[in-house]
Amino acid sequence: MRDKPVRTFWPWLLIGAVLLYAGLLLIAPIAAVIGGAFEDGIEPVLQAIAAPDALVALRLTFVLAISASVINAVLGIIVAWVLVRHRFPGKWFFNALVDLPFVVSPVIVGYVMIVLFGRTGWLQNFPIQLAFSLPGMLVVTVFVSLPFVIREVMPVLASLTQEQEEAAYTLGASFRTTFFRIVFPAIRHGIIYGVVLTLARALGEFGAVAVIGGGVQGVTETATIYIYRSLHDRNDVGAYSMAITLGLVSVGILVVMNWLRRDSHEKGTQHVHPTE
Amino acid sequence: MQAALPAKAAARPHLPFGEWGLRAAAITYLIVMIAIPVIVINIEGLRGGLELFITDITRPAALSALWLSVWTAAVMAVVNTIMGTLTAYVLVNYRFPGKRLLDSIIDLPFAIPTLVTGVMLVLLYGPQTLVGGFLDQQLGIRVLFAPPGIILALLFLGYPFVIRAVQPVLEGLDLNQQEAAFTLGASNWLTFRRVVLPAIFPAMITGGLLGFARALGEFGSIVIVSGNIPMRSQTAAVYIFGQVEGGNMGAASSVSVILLLVSLVVTLGVDYVYRRKSYA
Repeated sequence: MRDKPVRTFWPWLLIGAVLLYAGLLLIAPIAAVIGGAFEDGIEPVLQAIAAPDALVALRLTFVLAISASVINAVLGIIVAWVLVRHRFPGKWFFNALVDLPFVVSPVIVGYVMIVLFGRTGWLQNFPIQLAFSLPGMLVVTVFVSLPFVIREVMPVLASLTQEQEEAAYTLGASFRTTFFRIVFPAIRHGIIYGVVLTLARALGEFGAVAVIGGGVQGVTETATIYIYRSLHDRNDVGAYSMAITLGLVSVGILVVMNWLRRDSHEKGTQHVHPTE
Repeated sequence: MQAALPAKAAARPHLPFGEWGLRAAAITYLIVMIAIPVIVINIEGLRGGLELFITDITRPAALSALWLSVWTAAVMAVVNTIMGTLTAYVLVNYRFPGKRLLDSIIDLPFAIPTLVTGVMLVLLYGPQTLVGGFLDQQLGIRVLFAPPGIILALLFLGYPFVIRAVQPVLEGLDLNQQEAAFTLGASNWLTFRRVVLPAIFPAMITGGLLGFARALGEFGSIVIVSGNIPMRSQTAAVYIFGQVEGGNMGAASSVSVILLLVSLVVTLGVDYVYRRKSYA
């Protein structure tokens, strides 16, 4: 009954409605941006991307996103481990906290950083300059992409049977050996999927990094801020070219996501979607 | 999905020293990165006293921004709960051309930067474009720099939420019940309403509410499509951005407090109702 070929009228109507909706919603805008960017051929796009400002912005975006992914991978595994394996009072509260970055407006995140570390902020004498600087931008990028690794690793960790670990302990293995030899290989897949989601979220962040970084051209300007400024300066080609570039990166990420999803589907493990 | 996990995560009786370190690291990380910022914004918002807070949020521009955020997000949540459920149902139950492609691109809104979504919508619905020009001149519908543009951006962003919440539940449904209903002569619609719908309803609501909470704070796509016109197309997040840029911290803080409060209530509510039991 599942996955059945359709022979009657009503299902076709449903399928048609869904395909129309998804097509209008997801595919039409993509067609529009491709058409818009390549209106005068590929040459102007390549030129716009090779502009020094654009390259600096792209590099900054990648540096921030990769650093945030590394930080959130390491700490995400630790948080997932503690939330799954430990029992302590208030655990449900910490578990609930994990989801907040997903819904807190990025603008508010950037603004909190200004309140704390701005020129007249609560912690204005903090030794590291965080306002209008790269470290501050890294902190907000880490914040907005924090839940993904945790939410991917937790269910995998929870579904692991602990017999192998116990056997390892019985044989005298240390915690570290047990973790890296037994637990890590089992949750590796979840970690990778989580990191991919983290990377996607971090690459696309705009509101938080714009507020805390101030968007200084060539210094704290990320790829998304570059698009925003280019639109403002009526440099449409620049904006569309950068949008296409980021779009291509996201398509790459999407392909990897789908590949990982299929792969794990076949192995019988399931991923938690970021919306769950 | 998490509800299906075994609840007993057996901790070893004696925690080694290193595990205490891990626990301390995890708790510190969550408190410093998440709890403290949330507390800070509330203190900052109420620092000038309740009266000033109320003055700040009852400014016409602030109220209208908050209201615009709430109603556009609500419209999106309703539309996407219906279309998302339908999409998940079709994906799970039928075979049709383009199915694999559809299943693959549903996650696109998660991969693509929301600002790029905004740019795409401008290129599709802008007044100089084919579609946008037609809507504007022939039908008199202004999409960009107006609420319809905001709703379109949010619809794009929120599409996966309900689908990916409902899909696993539908896949896990016991087909015997549906077949029994058919055998007893129930129509497709009756079976859906009496057997399938009650089973997927919690997932629909969870997905819809999370999408709503996520859409409330959306900034990147809206700042591009809305044109930032106060009282007309300025959402709460865009309003806060404008106030911070203008150095008007009081107004920014008060609206942040309200916006955050709504998102918190929705998320924690969902979490409390549907998740607490699974990991507690």
